[in-house]
Amino acid sequence: MSALLDIKQLSLHTENVRLLYGVDLTIAPGERVGLIGESGSGKSLTAMAATGLLPTNIRASGSITLAGRPVIDASEHQLNLLRGSAAAVVFQEPLTALDPLMRIGRQIAEPLRRRAARDGQRLSGTELDAAVLAMMGDVALPDPERIARAYPHEISGGQRQRVAIAMALACKPSLLIADEPTTALDVTTQAEILCLLDRLVRERNMALLFISHDLPVVAGIVDRVVVLRQGEVVEAGPVHQVFAHPQHAYTQSLVAAAHAFDTALGAAP
Amino acid sequence: MTTLDQIAAPNRRRRFGSLTLWAGIALVGIHIAVGLLTVVWSPYDPSGMTGGRLEAPSWLHWAGTDRLGRDFLTQIMIGSRIALIVGTGAAAIGAIIGVTLGLLAAFATKLLDDAFAATLDILIAFPTLLIAMLVVAAADTANLGSAIFALGIALSAIVARLTRILTKRVLLLDYITAARTSGTSWLGIVFRHILPNIWPTLSVSFALQFGLAAIAEASLSYLGLGAPPPNASWGRLLQEAQGTVYTAPIGAIAPGIALVSLVIGINLLADGLRDSVDPTRRAR
Repeated sequence: MSALLDIKQLSLHTENVRLLYGVDLTIAPGERVGLIGESGSGKSLTAMAATGLLPTNIRASGSITLAGRPVIDASEHQLNLLRGSAAAVVFQEPLTALDPLMRIGRQIAEPLRRRAARDGQRLSGTELDAAVLAMMGDVALPDPERIARAYPHEISGGQRQRVAIAMALACKPSLLIADEPTTALDVTTQAEILCLLDRLVRERNMALLFISHDLPVVAGIVDRVVVLRQGEVVEAGPVHQVFAHPQHAYTQSLVAAAHAFDTALGAAP
Repeated sequence: MTTLDQIAAPNRRRRFGSLTLWAGIALVGIHIAVGLLTVVWSPYDPSGMTGGRLEAPSWLHWAGTDRLGRDFLTQIMIGSRIALIVGTGAAAIGAIIGVTLGLLAAFATKLLDDAFAATLDILIAFPTLLIAMLVVAAADTANLGSAIFALGIALSAIVARLTRILTKRVLLLDYITAARTSGTSWLGIVFRHILPNIWPTLSVSFALQFGLAAIAEASLSYLGLGAPPPNASWGRLLQEAQGTVYTAPIGAIAPGIALVSLVIGINLLADGLRDSVDPTRRAR
């Protein structure tokens, strides 16, 4: 079975800084992989590289194959066909990821319409409206008809992230890249969004690349983890194995920290 | 719940509620109404000698007469039409050229973009009026069309620089990246995300350009480079009134007030419009 996303020996450099060095990462169709690391370890860059959205001053070497097509040095047109259909991204900050001057309904309608057009169908008018409302229902947005008419600043942070997820899902991607999707949210909302992502990815049989610095969050949702530190992969393997028997000192400290946090919570009255 | 509903409901009551907007609409509206009126009717024949020379304001001639005995109010009213045509035309030409160039520069390679930015800075260093005078001189004949074109070209540099910088700022935002990751083409991003988001600021700038163009046209006419007679431009009226400013001051005051009221009106209108175009400002 060929991999959906296959990153081999990926290195990223700016003129004088090494950002990523020899990173290997494969995701099979339907597989759920967590990418863990502290901030600045290159997690988000890996995700950006996978969709060909690196800033122009960063040079990439190695190979990235997404849905069987090379990403590095591909033309903008070829990449555009991959983006959305092969992979879609949910970003960390739900406020800035939505166009502030566009009503929520239209923001979700746009990728829906484009995806339909790629599949050779025309989606417009009342059909499109119905599809938007259905999509909003799928991500459990309350009162979809009101929110469809609202602007991003008029809804809550958790709702915005649901909208962002709906926009990503509207592309019907084979791979959903979630770049710290719960970091900007409070703990209860975070749990809801995680449940939602978990359910949606299972229902649609999508592959998931879940990027986070938060071990317990990742553990609940993925099958396999890759641990990044300062641009290098220090450990990779099935989630239970890495957590039960961390090999690398850095992973051990991450696991210990998570345990310490749990203990502290348990000890609290 | 009421508060949430109030926040989320489209806020129609406040959208057209600002005093600034209404004052702007009123001032500009008067000039537009007068300008349109002169197309079909004016109090007197604009070039007919209908009274004595330099008459003071009276019931027959509300703003008096000029040194050839023509009705001054008629001339001022026709001046509204000329100012509106020049302002709109020049702002439109400046906007089309400026926005196109600005967008292209924002998307160009770094070298091209730098060269473009430097060229614009040099162009902007020249006064608008000077550029317009050069273009008029090059056009060889002074008429309304060449004045509009000249001012449009001169203004486009300012619009281009603003568009370039606004576009670059929007391009860095997450929702552009989000749109790109979902496979939106560059053209789609420009029309769906960039233009709507820079529009509130641009529209204010267009209004400023309109005001600048109206003033610059008056200056060109004052110097004899604008619309030639029989087009009664305010600038030409001011120039003609120069010699008689002590004996018949209304000749200088009236066109001055007309010009100032139009420029202030368009600025107020722009300010009010921006508040109603931008939904994040609307509710406040």
